[in-house]
Amino acid sequence: MRKSAADPKGVLSGSHFLDGDHALAEGALAAGCRFFAGYPITPSTETAERFAERCPAVGGLFIQMEDEIASVAALIGAAWGGQKVMTVTSGPGFSLMMENIGLAVMTETPMVIANVQRAGPSTGLPTLPAQQDMMQVRWGSQGDYRVIALCPDSPQECFDLAVEAFNLSETYRVPTFIMTDETVGHMHEKVVIPPADQIGVVGRNWYQGPKADYRPYQFTGKDVAPMVKAGDGYRFHITGLTHDERGYPNLTVEQNEKVVTHLIEKIDSNADRIIRLDEDEIEGAEVVVISYGITSRIASRAVQLAREAGIKTGSLRLITIWPFAEKRIAELAGKIKGFVVPEINYGQMVREVERSAAGQCKVVGVGHCGGAVHDPEEILAAIQEAAK
Amino acid sequence: MHEVRFSGFGGQGIVRCALITGKALAMYDDKYATMTQSFGPEARGGACSSQLVVSESRVQYPYVTEPGVLVALSQDAYNKYEPQLRDGGILIYEENLVKPIGDTGRTQVYPAPVTRFAEELGNRLFANLVTLGVFTAITRIVTPDAMKKALPGLVPDRFLPVNIKAFDRGYEYGLELLERHPLARGVAP
Repeated sequence: MRKSAADPKGVLSGSHFLDGDHALAEGALAAGCRFFAGYPITPSTETAERFAERCPAVGGLFIQMEDEIASVAALIGAAWGGQKVMTVTSGPGFSLMMENIGLAVMTETPMVIANVQRAGPSTGLPTLPAQQDMMQVRWGSQGDYRVIALCPDSPQECFDLAVEAFNLSETYRVPTFIMTDETVGHMHEKVVIPPADQIGVVGRNWYQGPKADYRPYQFTGKDVAPMVKAGDGYRFHITGLTHDERGYPNLTVEQNEKVVTHLIEKIDSNADRIIRLDEDEIEGAEVVVISYGITSRIASRAVQLAREAGIKTGSLRLITIWPFAEKRIAELAGKIKGFVVPEINYGQMVREVERSAAGQCKVVGVGHCGGAVHDPEEILAAIQEAAK
Repeated sequence: MHEVRFSGFGGQGIVRCALITGKALAMYDDKYATMTQSFGPEARGGACSSQLVVSESRVQYPYVTEPGVLVALSQDAYNKYEPQLRDGGILIYEENLVKPIGDTGRTQVYPAPVTRFAEELGNRLFANLVTLGVFTAITRIVTPDAMKKALPGLVPDRFLPVNIKAFDRGYEYGLELLERHPLARGVAP
C-alpha cells in the first residue's frame, strides 16, 4: 500500500471525547471520504449525522436515500465517479444492502460499510448490542467471494480502523466492513486524531496510460486494475454479469473461473498483509481467549481473574475478522490446551476457530443471545473448563 | 479507579452529566474515562442512567459494577440503583424528589435541592449543572476547572454563562455540605 498524508481539510486533529459512531465519521473524513449515502437506523445514525454536519466544511456530499438498497447503489455510482464512499447501518438495513454489496464485490468497487450491530433477528432489540452478523458479512450476498472486515473495540479504534478500512478497500478494490456494535458505537472515550501528515492514506490508484488501452479489470489474483472516473472519456463497462477485462459480459465458465478465482485470490494471497491481531501473554499460555470488538474488553476481566487463579491465559483479539487468522490459530492450537471464544451470538467465529484448530486442542464457545454483554464469570468458567 | 453512576428520569440531563464529566476528565484532567449510557426509550422519559469508569490507566472493562458514587435525581432511580452503591460510597440526591429508605448509615449521604437552585437561576433545566457542581465539590474526582472547560460544545453557547453559574452554585453548596457532614470523608471510594 502506497500511502500519502491525509488532506488536512478533513482531519479534526486534536483530542476529543467522542462516541464510536462519531469517531467512525471522523475516520472516514480523515481517510478522504467525501460521499456518504445512507438511511438512518439505530444504533448507527450518529455516524450519518456527524458526516452530514461536517460536509459543508470539508466539501463533502451526504444523501439520505430512500432505503439501504439504494444507499449501496449510490455508493457504487459515486465510487466510479471518483469518490471515496461510505455508508453505515445496522440489523435490517444490513440485510437490505446484501444485493448491492454483491454487485460491488463483482464490479470490484471500493467502499466502506460500517455495521453497528444490534440484537436480531429482524428488528430484534434496536438499542442493544450484538455480534450476530459476523457470518452475514462474510456470506450474505449470493455467489462465491471474499471481503475484508475489521472489528474495533473502542472509539479510538473506530477512528483508526475507519482510516485503515478505506486504505484496504482502495488497495484491493473490495467492499470493506467495520463490524462494530451498539456498545462501542455509543460509548464515549478520548479519541486522539493525529495531525494530517501523520495519517497514512491510500489514494485511488488512477489509470495513467493512453485512453484506448484502459481496462477496468485484471484477473491476476494478486493486484487490481487502476480505476478511472466515469465521464472522463474512457470506454469501459460495469456489470454484475461475468465480464472480461474491459468489463463487458462474457458468459462462459472459463471466464467465470478467471473472475471468481481472482475475487477470492486477491484477498487470500494477501491475507498475511491484511490480517491484524492484538496478542497478549500468548507465550507459554495454556488457554487462549479469542475475542473481538466489545467482547474482548469484557473478556479482559475474565482473563485477569483466570491469571490471578493461576491459569496461564493468553488473549488474542481479532482486529481483522475477515480474512480469518486461520494460520496463526492453527499454529497456537498445537501448543495450548484450549481456546475460549466468547461472542455475542450462539456460535459464529467459534466455528472458524474450531475449523482452524482442527482437533489439536479444545475449543470452548461462550454464546450470548444478544442485547447485553457477557458476565465475565461465564467466560472465566469457560477458561477453567478449557484448562482442565 | 472510580465508578460513578448518574441517574434520574429522561430529560433531566442525566446523560449530559456523564458526558461533561467524562470530557473534563479525559481532556483536561489527564485521566482515562469511559462513559456508557442508557440508550433507547428510557433515555427519553423513563428511569435513565449514565455511567463513568475513571482510571489512571486505560479502562478495559467499560461497565460500572459496584459504583462508589451514585447521583440520584428521581425516586425510581434511587430505588433501582441505591442497593448497588458500595458500602461507604457517596450518595448525592435531589432532596425534594427522593426520599431515602432503609439504612442511610451504610453510605455517605448528601441531599441537595438542585432543582430549586436551578429554578432560582431561571430554569429547572439547569439542575444537572447544579448537580455537577455538588458532585465535583463532594467527590473531588474531577477538578472544577476541567468541568468548566468541558462545557463549551456540550451546552448551548447562549446558555454557557448561566450554566457556569449553576455549576458554581452547586459547587459552593457541595463545599457547605462537606463542612456540615458529620461523617464526611469527601473522597469517593
